[in-house]
Amino acid sequence: MRVIIIGCGRVGARTAAELDQRGDHVTVIDVEQRAFGRLPSTFGGVTVRGSGSDEDILRGAGADLADLLMALTEGDNRNALAAQLGKHIFGIPRVIAKINDPLRAEAYRTLGLETICRTVILADALVLAAHDGAAATGGAVEPPTAEPRQGVPPAGTRAAAAAQAALEESAGEPATEGEAS
Amino acid sequence: MYVVVIGGGNVGYYLTKELLAAGHEVVMIEKDPARARTIADELGSIVIPNDGCEGRYQAEAGMARADVVAAVTGDDEDNLVACQVAKMKFNVPRAIARVNNPSNEALFRRLAIDETVSPTRSILALIEHEIPIHDLLHLAELEGGEVQIVEAQLDASSPVIGKVLRDLELPDGSSVAVLVRDEHAIVVRPDTTLRAGDKLLAVTSAEHEAELRSLLIGE
Repeated sequence: MRVIIIGCGRVGARTAAELDQRGDHVTVIDVEQRAFGRLPSTFGGVTVRGSGSDEDILRGAGADLADLLMALTEGDNRNALAAQLGKHIFGIPRVIAKINDPLRAEAYRTLGLETICRTVILADALVLAAHDGAAATGGAVEPPTAEPRQGVPPAGTRAAAAAQAALEESAGEPATEGEAS
Repeated sequence: MYVVVIGGGNVGYYLTKELLAAGHEVVMIEKDPARARTIADELGSIVIPNDGCEGRYQAEAGMARADVVAAVTGDDEDNLVACQVAKMKFNVPRAIARVNNPSNEALFRRLAIDETVSPTRSILALIEHEIPIHDLLHLAELEGGEVQIVEAQLDASSPVIGKVLRDLELPDGSSVAVLVRDEHAIVVRPDTTLRAGDKLLAVTSAEHEAELRSLLIGE
């Protein structure tokens, strides 16, 4: 699959690297040469410096042959313009635009764009984590990879009470339910 | 008429001022609060200091009853989105967008923006008028670019010099409308003989433009 990614920020660089590893032909476009530094040294795709919402730059990046275009810059409107250029001028079969404003994302879906909205994804995952725990989020909210260092919590805090309860539990006293997790 | 102007840069400011002077009802949406305040101080409380691409501020501006929206910021993407939101959410009958990158004009038209204005293209056209070039000059586009009105400047090297119009094998859908000779427009007849220095105004299609060019101007 030939993929064009516009915007080599954290999201763009990571997506580019992952797709490149899976064997896709990836071209990344960014206005800043420095941004390509976010790509891993193993990245085997192409980098193009320029504006991804410029028709000539897109053509130079091979938009005529692309199967998928992802507009992942920080500007919602820029992504919307780039995605629509890809769809309507170059006829790219699939275009995905990152739109951070949920209302605008909804509007753009009615125009035939696939959209990804970080605001919605984050909020949904956080609500799920709040109610059902991190495990229910399918990896979106991740548990810590190490136990925190032991220490004595300040007296009078909930942490101190929890530590006291844990102590009493190990001494054979029943712990208050829910506090231990 | 009720006009919503998006963007309070120089273009938006003077546009709003002229529209008000002509007796129109105008609301401007300008993102930068300081700039919005400066304009409001002069023109009155007709400025909404917010992002004109967002539906709620367009609603606040009364977009639903607007006759025209003019998006004239310095950023093509903002102008596109502002017009699209106005058309999609508020069914504004006429959306006009300023286009800085002339190559974006085709996209904007395809996306149902009614009118595009490209200062870059206008200036380019003025410069091209001054410099003799071996190409067709675009005067106007109709039907979303399908129909082109072009000007061909004939010089001594043109393959049609000395020929009469009837003998030209014009491509399909193309016709010569007017001939300008010695600064006078002449109605063309089948027996008009073409001379060096003539200017032909022709109607053609996007598809046959290249063919027309090589016929009239040569390679």
